[in-house]
Amino acid sequence: MCLNPQGRQLDVDGVSRVEDLLRRLEILPGTVLVIRGDQLLTDDARLDAGDEIELRAVVSGG
Amino acid sequence: MKCTRCKEPAEVKLRAHNSAFCRACFLFFFQRRVARAVEHEKMFDRTSRILVAVSGGKDSLALWDVLANDGYQTVGFHLALGIGGYSQRSRERCEAFAAQHGLELSVHSLADENLAIPDIVSATRRPACSACGTIKRHYFDAAALELGCDVIATGHNLDDEAARLLGNVLHWQTEYLARQKPVIQPRHEKFVRKVKPLYLTSEFETATYSFMKRIDYVVEECPNAVGASQLDYKAVLDRLENTSPGTKVGFVRDFVVRGSRAFEQPAAERQADGGGTCTGCGMPSYGTLCSFCSLRAEVDRKLALRVTPAPPSAVTE
Repeated sequence: MCLNPQGRQLDVDGVSRVEDLLRRLEILPGTVLVIRGDQLLTDDARLDAGDEIELRAVVSGG
Repeated sequence: MKCTRCKEPAEVKLRAHNSAFCRACFLFFFQRRVARAVEHEKMFDRTSRILVAVSGGKDSLALWDVLANDGYQTVGFHLALGIGGYSQRSRERCEAFAAQHGLELSVHSLADENLAIPDIVSATRRPACSACGTIKRHYFDAAALELGCDVIATGHNLDDEAARLLGNVLHWQTEYLARQKPVIQPRHEKFVRKVKPLYLTSEFETATYSFMKRIDYVVEECPNAVGASQLDYKAVLDRLENTSPGTKVGFVRDFVVRGSRAFEQPAAERQADGGGTCTGCGMPSYGTLCSFCSLRAEVDRKLALRVTPAPPSAVTE
């Protein structure tokens, strides 16, 4: 899994859905795009072992 | 999860709207939402020539994409801020987008005038975001005048507006509250109207739109934004939105509809200010010099002091 814009790589085990993944990483829904390939995933989407997921922060400005 | 409109599998869920959409229906929803904001607030019409201020980020490029696809006459304007690799990548994204879509883009580089943001900060000790705001306002106004545009459209989104509103309320910035609107009317004939067509569109939605339209935007944050109060306000609002979806849109929309008029200045006071002309650039100004020319003079003065060697008489043992 890749966290952007930080570019950090993480391995996360034992999560079966996007909402579990976000909860595990303490990320609020709606603050990141959850990307698998060229698709966005909704909170209830299933995740499989070995999935490459990008979490892209949406915040901008200062 | 199914799409609220067509019942196909959904790709995005919008809790604030109690909806989920597939890709095609989300794009329809997004474009219609922007179009409705433009029409409802009478931001511009088909005869307008619109200066779209583009930073290279998701919001402004999404806005340009929507307006250009909807047939509006647009010209992009990018102000290259001179913030190292970040600014270089931002400029490249704007130029690539314009070239890919065959759109007119004007670029102005601050470094060419010795006004790169890091140099200003170093010379004046002003906060970067404050200097940047002053400079952007000046160049956007000047570009609209030079390029013959009737209106300036910026990519400020719902989260920007909610965070700004929260900050203005927390500090009771009544003058700022009076001017926090999706349409800001000009106060001088050399200025044009400024509009925010994305003011009810969240940054999650603009990021989703940009992803779905394969817009190549700068994902990284401005390095000067680290520690900015606006990001703290956004984080607070995100928590409120999570427990009560729709909080942000209600906060901003209801302020515009019901709250902002309480802070409006009387017409007599509005006309009494800002009637002069800047002796530096010829743009409207409250004083002899506008805030941009004052800043520029300060930078020039500080830089001159740095490079001027001390006179021999000043040297002491």
